[in-house]
Amino acid sequence: MRRAEIVTAFILGILSIYLMWKSGEAPDWNPDIARFDNIGLIEGEGPGSGFWPFWLSFIMLICSVWIAINWYRRTSPPSQSDEEFLDGYGKRMLFVVGGGLFGFLILIEIAGFYAAILAFMIYYVRFLGRHSWWATLSIAFGLVIACFFFFDIAMRIVLPKGLSEPLFIPLYELFL
Amino acid sequence: MDVIAALMSGILVALEPINLGLAIVGVIVGLFVGAMPGLGSVNGVAILLPFTFVIQGFTGGATSPMIFLASIYYGAMYGGAISSITLGIPGASTAVATTFDGRPLALAGKAHVALVAAALASFAGGTVSNVMFTAFAPLLATVALSFGDPEVFALMLLAFATFVGLGGDDIPKTIFSICIGLVLATVGFDVVSGEPRLIFFDITGFSHGIRFLVLAIGVYGIGEMLWTINSSRDGTSMSKVDVTARAVIDAIKQFRHAWRGTVIGSFLGFFVGILPAAGATPGSLMAYGVAKLTSRTPNEYGKGSIDGVAAPESANNSASTGAMLPMMTLGIPGSPTTAVLLAGMVIWGLQPGPLLFTDQPDFVWPLIGSFYISNVIAVLINLAFIPVFLWMLRMPFTILAPLIFVLSLVGTFAAYQDMFDVWLMVIVGVCAFFLRLLDYPVAPAVLAIVLGPIAEPKLRQSLLFSDGDFMIFLNRPIAGPITVIAIILIFLPLFKLIRDKMRQTA
Repeated sequence: MRRAEIVTAFILGILSIYLMWKSGEAPDWNPDIARFDNIGLIEGEGPGSGFWPFWLSFIMLICSVWIAINWYRRTSPPSQSDEEFLDGYGKRMLFVVGGGLFGFLILIEIAGFYAAILAFMIYYVRFLGRHSWWATLSIAFGLVIACFFFFDIAMRIVLPKGLSEPLFIPLYELFL
Repeated sequence: MDVIAALMSGILVALEPINLGLAIVGVIVGLFVGAMPGLGSVNGVAILLPFTFVIQGFTGGATSPMIFLASIYYGAMYGGAISSITLGIPGASTAVATTFDGRPLALAGKAHVALVAAALASFAGGTVSNVMFTAFAPLLATVALSFGDPEVFALMLLAFATFVGLGGDDIPKTIFSICIGLVLATVGFDVVSGEPRLIFFDITGFSHGIRFLVLAIGVYGIGEMLWTINSSRDGTSMSKVDVTARAVIDAIKQFRHAWRGTVIGSFLGFFVGILPAAGATPGSLMAYGVAKLTSRTPNEYGKGSIDGVAAPESANNSASTGAMLPMMTLGIPGSPTTAVLLAGMVIWGLQPGPLLFTDQPDFVWPLIGSFYISNVIAVLINLAFIPVFLWMLRMPFTILAPLIFVLSLVGTFAAYQDMFDVWLMVIVGVCAFFLRLLDYPVAPAVLAIVLGPIAEPKLRQSLLFSDGDFMIFLNRPIAGPITVIAIILIFLPLFKLIRDKMRQTA
């Protein structure tokens, strides 16, 4: 936990500097404005467009340094902790659940929402939850059917179908 | 008299079949999310916010969707007690104090007494706070009508300062959380100059700004779920509950022993709820503490005192209504849940703030009326369906978690029909999970994302008006005292640190 605290403070410090740099960016269409011209008060216009995000990012940078000082002085609970940032269970959980979520997202892009929901529910309920096939398939298909009728049919919000699109054409002909 | 007439007409609108139906569904959903460990009112309203577009599509106004979300909020306050008492795990942070005496009562075979006391105390807290809300809200809105840009910005500053001074979290992490929320709210086009800002890596998805809903669902739908899965590793055992009519009537009779805690919680909760950064959790803890401190039998607290259940339960209900007061009258949410409600109002085309009471009475009074209706619905459903909620609590998390993940992804897509938002939401959720592991508070960031688009123009307009002089926030009669209080609150932790050092050296 202690190492994670300082690594995170460092990353957030870098992020703050990046945000400061980015806030000072001048618009492409006006080459007369130099970087950081917009972070102060402009005559007759008040604060420039970068004023608010730049100075907030600056405060974020100060906070990152403050967190690092607290880490050095061991005053914050994570800086005193010898525990692992993520223990074996946490790492496994992040891998199977977080990884599953990203897999779900990739599958949405390829096979569409409904096929991805079906696959994700089977993966989670059956393989992670170890529920019976009967429970798994009832929940997975029930959810897909409920979502299809709610979004696509009732609300006319068409969820992306990807490769599975041809399967839905007969359903559209039937219900729309 | 006008207030009573407006309230009555509001109640009549809230009793229309569609609104009544939504209130009932909202309360049931709220009771469920409140009872489920790991879920709270904020998760419920954040995940279901996209679905309110559907309600708005049917009803054509903002009143019905708001009644639905407010009912979820209400129901969740009731629901938190169910798991606190029967499982010993608070359904939400607002019900932490309920475990102190609720769990010992359950272990002593009196779970029904605790559950009934919690429901009745919640009803009392809800009723008292509704009356106070009705009395104070129009008054505060009238005062707030005289607020200019510096006053509104000073109030925003005060809201953030309370998080720093009273939030109880690590100070630099809290400030960081507020600032990153405010910075993320600036992504997109600057509304004043029209210049693009913070379009990261020239990705076009950022040009429309980072939508509040994406961040809220990411933090509360994905991040919180990952956190709950990571932290709830041990199995729990549920206490047996006697839910026969005779047992419930017996429990209702015993509620007379809980009047002190109920009165303390109902009044204290409302005023604590008004404070930004405070809300229902500190309100309920404070009510428990005051009830114990002023009790003739403080030794009974922690061992199964009915008063110890009633005080936090009445307080968390009362505080939830209290938190709506600054949100509705000043446009400043007092809690993450009210921040989501406020964002919803903006999405539905309303401008929260004092003008709401004069410009949108057709929205405001039915909503206030629905508070009264939801309170009655919640206590009736809570008492009548205790066995059903106990059954639902047995739902394995390995079924609930994927359902929430799917709802979060589908809901985010349905709201804006943009896969970029769905990816961003998941990434935000994972980042929120990591930051939460290191004690970075996420609630201030959520509040900041909502308040950022309001606070920045107010600051810039004020500085334009004063020709860049920051003293405008100090030398105006209303903005000045508010700014001074905000500054004191920001430096409060520093004062405490100096005092502790001096005590140590002495």
